[in-house]
Amino acid sequence: MECVFGLVGDGFALVAADTSAVHSILVHKSNEDKVMLLDSHKLLGASGEAGDRAQFTEYIQKNVHLYEFRNGIPLTTAAVANFTRGELAVALRKNPYFVNILLAGYDKDVGPSLYYIDYIATLHKVDKGAFGYGSYFALSMMDRHYHSRMSLEEAINLVDKCIMEIRSRLVVAPPNFVIKIVDKDGAREYAWRESIKDAEVSAA
Amino acid sequence: MVGKNCFAIASDRRLGVNLQTVATDFQRIYKIHDKLYIGLSGLATDAQTLYQRLIFRHKLYQLREERDMKPPTFASLVSAILYEKRFGPYFCQPVIAGLDDDDVPFICTMDCLGAKELAKDFVVSGTASESLYGVCESMYKPNMEPEELFETISQALLSSVDRDCLSGWGGHVLLVTPTEVQEKTLKGRMD
Repeated sequence: MECVFGLVGDGFALVAADTSAVHSILVHKSNEDKVMLLDSHKLLGASGEAGDRAQFTEYIQKNVHLYEFRNGIPLTTAAVANFTRGELAVALRKNPYFVNILLAGYDKDVGPSLYYIDYIATLHKVDKGAFGYGSYFALSMMDRHYHSRMSLEEAINLVDKCIMEIRSRLVVAPPNFVIKIVDKDGAREYAWRESIKDAEVSAA
Repeated sequence: MVGKNCFAIASDRRLGVNLQTVATDFQRIYKIHDKLYIGLSGLATDAQTLYQRLIFRHKLYQLREERDMKPPTFASLVSAILYEKRFGPYFCQPVIAGLDDDDVPFICTMDCLGAKELAKDFVVSGTASESLYGVCESMYKPNMEPEELFETISQALLSSVDRDCLSGWGGHVLLVTPTEVQEKTLKGRMD
């Protein structure tokens, strides 16, 4: 079952997501990247219906780029969060997107921030958040071990604890996770936590 | 709740999805202008959308009329906006509180379709509304001074949300008098 979680640390925000693409009982692939880089300093971790997830996150990414091209300056994290919420809210009563989003970003004046946006367009700025069945375990682990201004090492430790908990306690636990981080130096992939590696496809 | 030339509006701070608590610092009371506040309980997304629409309408009103909207007018506006969506409603129950002409307190509530309910003493909404009715009825006295009003509304809020599993995790109280606004956060049972 899909799972995304994230937290805010000292000068950085991180988002971790599982990487399995599942269709009913079949796992199509286990290295699907669900955390999208919106621009140099923003991450969008999404979970939910596969088609909606890919389409909606790309739509947001392209609109963020368009704003930057048109206006010469990038959007702030809060602005992107409100834009995303607006798109979800407008679609809600017509043709809803079933995508849950954790938006992490770093702004020079505000610092790191994390926004919880669920599929019915509820927006809230949080320090820690999680979606999916894994949220039951991740949120509890974070409630116990999280404190504000955690160092990167402590935060990764906590993320690993959450992943361990999800792997051991969730019946259809996803095997692999990707962790991405955003701080003053930008948004980038931090690590993968793999317990099942896809077989390499040999060239035809 | 209405007091002597003042009013207080209070809410809990939980943001939840069914049984899961997502956040414990959710702001449910919004300011329209210095003497008018609206509390929106119910579905968080509709509360946020409705608030954005109301602020938009109020700003337009301010530009056209060059003054703030009076509370009874605002209440009618909210009622109309909610009824517009009669067959696909916003799932929110607003509580509106303001100081009318001559600083006379005005409070009202409505259901999700805009049926206004004016009252002279107190109005409630939310999942704990039944508890709130009971507690407010027993604790309320007319013409309370601001300090006593604050105490009463805080106790009323905390006792009733303690009996409701979907409400709680602290409280927010705003006490508005003609001269100032006091905003306080209550510490309650965090469960």
